[in-house]
Amino acid sequence: MWDYSDKVREHFFNPRNSGPLTDANGIGDVGSIKCGDALRLMLKVNPESEIIEDAHFQTFGCGSAIASSSALTEMIKSKTLDQALQVSNQDIADYLDGLPPEKMHCSVMGREALHAAVANYRGEAWQDDHEEGDLVCKCFAIDAVMIEETIRGNHLKTMADVTNYTKAGGGCSACHEKIEDILIAVNGRLYSSDAPQKGKTAPVESPVKPKLTNYQRIRKIEETLEAIRPMLQRDHGDVTLVEVDGKKIYVALSGACQGCQMESATLGGIQQKLIEALGELLQVLPVGALATG
Amino acid sequence: MMTPIYMDNNATTACDPAVVEAMLPFFTEQFGNASSIHSFGEQVGKALKEARGRVQNLLGAAHDSEIVFTSCGTESDSTAILSALKANPERRTIITTVVEHPAILTLCDYLEKEGVVVQRLRVDKRGRIDLDEYKSLLSERVALVSAMWANNETGTLFPVEEMAEMAHEKGIPFHTDAVQAVGKVPIDLKSTRIDMLSCSGHKLHAPKGIGVLYLRRNTRFRPLLRGGHQERGRRAGTENSASIVGLGVACELAQQHMETENTTVKALRDRLQRGILAKVNNAFVNGDTVHRLPNTASIAFEYVEGEGILLLLNKQGIAASSGSACTSGSLEPSHVMRAMGIPYTAAHGTIRFSLSRYNTEEEVDRVIAAVPPIIAQLRKLSPYWSVDGPVESPERAFKPAYA
Repeated sequence: MWDYSDKVREHFFNPRNSGPLTDANGIGDVGSIKCGDALRLMLKVNPESEIIEDAHFQTFGCGSAIASSSALTEMIKSKTLDQALQVSNQDIADYLDGLPPEKMHCSVMGREALHAAVANYRGEAWQDDHEEGDLVCKCFAIDAVMIEETIRGNHLKTMADVTNYTKAGGGCSACHEKIEDILIAVNGRLYSSDAPQKGKTAPVESPVKPKLTNYQRIRKIEETLEAIRPMLQRDHGDVTLVEVDGKKIYVALSGACQGCQMESATLGGIQQKLIEALGELLQVLPVGALATG
Repeated sequence: MMTPIYMDNNATTACDPAVVEAMLPFFTEQFGNASSIHSFGEQVGKALKEARGRVQNLLGAAHDSEIVFTSCGTESDSTAILSALKANPERRTIITTVVEHPAILTLCDYLEKEGVVVQRLRVDKRGRIDLDEYKSLLSERVALVSAMWANNETGTLFPVEEMAEMAHEKGIPFHTDAVQAVGKVPIDLKSTRIDMLSCSGHKLHAPKGIGVLYLRRNTRFRPLLRGGHQERGRRAGTENSASIVGLGVACELAQQHMETENTTVKALRDRLQRGILAKVNNAFVNGDTVHRLPNTASIAFEYVEGEGILLLLNKQGIAASSGSACTSGSLEPSHVMRAMGIPYTAAHGTIRFSLSRYNTEEEVDRVIAAVPPIIAQLRKLSPYWSVDGPVESPERAFKPAYA
């Protein structure tokens, strides 16, 4: 259960000014039924003085949505419209002795309902200028929209960049995958947090494996074998690529690998690495198999 | 405050006192490592064997070696799925359903990013899958089918035995997340084609932190945790002996109470459901009410939001849970409600009551009395509600700007 302040609980259990206001002359309906929070704020404004003489709410939403609505009506009553519009969502949260970060949107909804109701009273169109994404970093309360905009605006490439610019990800590390997903969505791929090596910008494994051309595929096979070679060389062996025939990859084992009892195990290991690197099923065979057809 | 009423047994259960009692010696004099040769270890080893036999009995497994102890249901699920992919590298597809527990769905989402093809069976308004659609997806590319035995939110039972049979005909291994089913419905794995099954201790009055993976003999398998030879090398790590012993006792008790569960507990659940629906209008039961766990009632209260209901129930000492995920930090209603096409205005107001053999008729009657005024109180605040019913065409009368 949420760690609600006593004030939130109190306003939830005993909401002020709830229910319809029959002679309202300014009404604001905001929120999202999908997200399970929606609020109708009703104002009775004195046309002479522009003082809010009464304010009521009806809310479909969680405990803190109801408490925020109740708090808002208390805060704006007997204020002038202009004074009321000064109320920020933080003011609403402060009035309630704070809201959990995941529930701050309830106070935002309150402020928006106020703006919508005032616009309605004044006969203006109210524009929803608020954009809120999923909360990504809970340590520092940074949402997805904020992270995405910061990445775009500053051409950020790595997880570390995002933390430096937004603080997101600088705490418990739980959101690193989500932040990386946003980086991939914006940049098309994920850059390693290490400084790029000279001569090549090494992307850390793109999540979507594009179909390779024959040339790219053979290069990839070569790169993978290159990575395996040091291990074999440690055991005084080696491997070279001889032929690529569709799904059949022919290699020559040399040095200590040649004729080793572990030869088939070694080939199996190479095969596994290649399958992982290319994301396709293939077979690694010794060069002898090529000769005998 | 009145004595609390616990009706959230699908979330977790109270440890049975007999379970606790059986566990206690394993924190004190029976502290040995089951792997040790000396007498300290030997006695623990015997206790583990006995517990394994009790789990085997409850699951109706053919051999006690098919029982692998893990740390939780999630670990069992992860082990099953990752093992199937590893053991069948040429097969890169997983079939599951849209209403699985996050232990399955989150892992599948992750695997999808790694290139695994995940096919998620949809459900109808009652939460049922279409077996014809399922059949059409079975192919030689499928590494594993994973479908839950019983849904945690609605209690809906899937025909997993039939599904396992169909998968078997195509040579596809079948896993079921039976975390909610074990101990509540009779299970006899040896007479099925189920290859792997996940179970969690704390859902059947054993402690938290102990789970089981049933692994049918001769199923291709790769361990998740490698290390020592515990669980025959299928799950390394020193055995959680106290919890294993506790789970053994819990399984024995579950078997003894299986009939109670399906008669007495079921009758209490039905009484609760009937009682609430008789007094609250614009409310309905979610899921497949014909094929359903005996202890679960998921009730949607239209035009109010679940968290408020829970807070007000909690004030009266009644513990239940909400079908909306707002309580867990995300704002969308639960994926299960959305999958069944429950409208947002009802999905957000869904409450799950899940009973156990410890609940009484008196408790049920107290809940029946408590719920209607709570719903009325919240509806009074709702922009969709008029005096004693929803406003006329609610979706048109209240159309909030998307924020």
